Amino acid sequence: MAQEQVEEYLETIYDLESRDSSAKTTAIAKCLNVAPASVTEVLRSLSDKGLVVYEPYRGATLTEEGKKIADTIKRKHRLLEVFLTDVLHLNREKVHDEACRMEHTISEETEDALCRMLDAPAHCPHGSPISPCNKGVGSCVECDGAGRTNMPVAVRDKKIIPITDLAPDQKGRIAFIRGDCKVVQRLSDLGLTLGTNVSILKKTPMGGPVEISVRRTKLAVDHAIAGNIFIESPFAVEP
Amino acid sequence: MSGCGECRDCPAKKESAIKDADYTIALAGNANVGKSVIFNQLTGVDQIIGNWPGKTVERAEGLLLYKGKRIRVIDLPGIYSFSTYSMEELVSRDFIALEHPDAVINVIDASALERNLFFTIQLLELAPPLMIAVNQIDLAEKKGITIDTEKLSTLLGVPVVRTVAIRGKGIPALTEAITGLMQNHPVPPVLHYGKEVEERIVTITALVERITTRYPVRWTAIKLLERDPAIMQIVRDQDPGIVDTAGVLAGEIETIHGEQVCVVMSAERYLVADRIAAEVMTIHSPGEEPQKKSLTDRLDAVALHPVLGYLAVVAVIGGLLLWTFLIGAQVSLFLSGFLSQFEQYRPVITGPLTDILINGAFTGFVAGITLVIPYVLPFYLLLAIMEDSGYLTRISVMLDRGMHKLGLHGKAIIPLILGYGCNVPAIYSCRIMETPKQKTLAAFLVTLVPCTARTVVILGLVAAFVNIWWALGLYAFDILLIIVAGRVAFRVMPGESVGLIMEMPDYHVPSLSVVLKQTWTRTKSLIWIVFPAYIIGSAIIQAFYAAGLLDPVNDLLSPITVLWLGLPAIIGITLIFGIVRKELTILTLAVIFHTTNFASIMSPVQLIVLALVSMLYIPCISVILVLGSEFGWKKALAISASEIVMAIAIGGIAFRVLSLVM
Repeated sequence: MAQEQVEEYLETIYDLESRDSSAKTTAIAKCLNVAPASVTEVLRSLSDKGLVVYEPYRGATLTEEGKKIADTIKRKHRLLEVFLTDVLHLNREKVHDEACRMEHTISEETEDALCRMLDAPAHCPHGSPISPCNKGVGSCVECDGAGRTNMPVAVRDKKIIPITDLAPDQKGRIAFIRGDCKVVQRLSDLGLTLGTNVSILKKTPMGGPVEISVRRTKLAVDHAIAGNIFIESPFAVEP
Repeated sequence: MSGCGECRDCPAKKESAIKDADYTIALAGNANVGKSVIFNQLTGVDQIIGNWPGKTVERAEGLLLYKGKRIRVIDLPGIYSFSTYSMEELVSRDFIALEHPDAVINVIDASALERNLFFTIQLLELAPPLMIAVNQIDLAEKKGITIDTEKLSTLLGVPVVRTVAIRGKGIPALTEAITGLMQNHPVPPVLHYGKEVEERIVTITALVERITTRYPVRWTAIKLLERDPAIMQIVRDQDPGIVDTAGVLAGEIETIHGEQVCVVMSAERYLVADRIAAEVMTIHSPGEEPQKKSLTDRLDAVALHPVLGYLAVVAVIGGLLLWTFLIGAQVSLFLSGFLSQFEQYRPVITGPLTDILINGAFTGFVAGITLVIPYVLPFYLLLAIMEDSGYLTRISVMLDRGMHKLGLHGKAIIPLILGYGCNVPAIYSCRIMETPKQKTLAAFLVTLVPCTARTVVILGLVAAFVNIWWALGLYAFDILLIIVAGRVAFRVMPGESVGLIMEMPDYHVPSLSVVLKQTWTRTKSLIWIVFPAYIIGSAIIQAFYAAGLLDPVNDLLSPITVLWLGLPAIIGITLIFGIVRKELTILTLAVIFHTTNFASIMSPVQLIVLALVSMLYIPCISVILVLGSEFGWKKALAISASEIVMAIAIGGIAFRVLSLVM
């Protein structure tokens, strides 16, 4: 099975999973515009490769390995979309399909270079979040330095998620904060410094502010700003 | 340095509201630590609240008399850091660094020691004669936190006192310690940072010693390393080489840590703060049994609940407005009845000029009294109680998402609610927003909020002579318009805006002194700005009226009033009167038509259109004055002009649409 096909499947399952908690065969077939029978076949083969957990009639979920690949592809896809829209000024409707074809071929090096050139964008033109890279760097500044000197950057071994992905009362340590210098400064002045233990107290509905507990104080932080606070969390690892 | 009497180049001190003080001391600290309570305890009623010279930041000053000494006490704004995030931070650091107060009292919250010490560390860098008041010791103890204040004093090298300001505990000891500080001016010890940072600070310090700035040397060096724009500018003017060197050193730190240097510095300071806090603080674990939920947690379960939370917001704001207008209407009626005994409560149009002017001034005075005392005062009192209890921050959180639709964030709800009382203090309160763009945008939207005077017009014209539903409809339309105008203005206006980042304090029983002070501060701006505008404006209009300038003005305006808005020509003059005070619209109408039954002179459509235009067309003259002083005349005029155009456009459309349906 071609790598491109594998990636397309993983990506689709990733999307469906985040929407419905598992990807049903029929749903995958509909998304990729193929026959359900061939979906079953591919899922078996992906399951053999250890990329998905497939249970007939219940659908597929990604394994840790599969999720990693899907994450990378999604990231490449969305970075490409930003590039095509903001730099090449292509029509917004076209960029998705265009990025779909390109995402399978670009190297990791290109991905990093894109990320640096575009100043580590947080969202694709359609508003979906771009996940942070899996490099072992503390921040984009460090990555910039590495990019200039061609310093090899190790792969980060811990799972990093935005603080907004934590459920209420879950805890984690701040890995890094992305965003405008002033905002980052404000957050660190209020105690959200790197390596600090934080927990989510409450989330308000419809993307309202989140309440964060840090150093025995409580802060209400805008959802978009909080989405740029990335943490290492024991809860982030799938069971 | 004591007394600073001979210091000729201290502009702010000369402008100080309190004269002849022997000493000047300042209170500094985070927001919500009880700093204002301590300020009230120290100074009693002798307080003057004004502005920092040339800045839109509130300056609270008071006088403390102690052992025959006159001590000026300055309450600095509640801040978390000395960066350049906000004007408050700049004002505070410049005050401490440049005006050399004889003592600085850092008020810190015993329950959140780390974050408070983070600020203390920055105060130490500025090196004023410093002391610490560990406040709310009682609340911390309830949470199982005890603090060894003697050890804290040893570690930081500055005096530390324990206070429970709200109950007056520790205030005598504080005053005693302040006296010692004022007379001896001890220089606090220097705190050192981690090796990489400290080495670079030392290098830059050596360079900075060669030049002269009015700031402390080590502090200047640290700020240069942090790439502080204001300090970089000052040093660059003298020796650009130093700034360049500091920039290189900052770059080195960024490479080592992989973070912006200002963030590294914050982390360094928190490391020190965490270390000190760990040494002086003991936390008694609650034991095996599950910890009882605190009152704040239990209240927040409702206040921040996805459904109940919104119901609470609606109930509280709705209740606040309803209570104010139900009670206010009664009191207002009583007051105007009472005052009308003294003078005829209607414009005098004949007789000697002085009579006309005096009568005008008197009606202005009556109007002020009957608006401020019954409506605005109770409204602000209730709001201050909500604010001090901590609930207002919860409203901000719940409505943050909605405020995004206006291009603002949750905090902006405070000026918008204040606007229902009177737009003037509401515009002052726009200072709580972070960026100039957000401040201006919030102020613009405040001017569209129907204040009590405009509510009187809506109620007097529409609720009384059409029906209550049309009056409520106008209110609803106004909210819709605020949303649309906010969105448009957000796109059109240049500048940056930032999202909500706000501390959520624990709930507490409001302090009477803080509530009364806040209410007074807000109401006072009405007395100094709105009252004179009312009185002078009414007198001038009265004279204008008597001079027979009515008809020419009405004729001039008739293309707009008659043709486009479909109103009687005489409305032209009432709209002009309304610029001074909105509720004068009704009064003038009554005088001109010799009736208070407006249904007999205007159709329901005309009444609604008139109320709508009055509601929107321009903030009153007091608001224009305040906009001018806060944001400059250009913006004040731009806002006024755009609202006139908008009101006329919407009024004309409403006239045509309503004529079809009614």
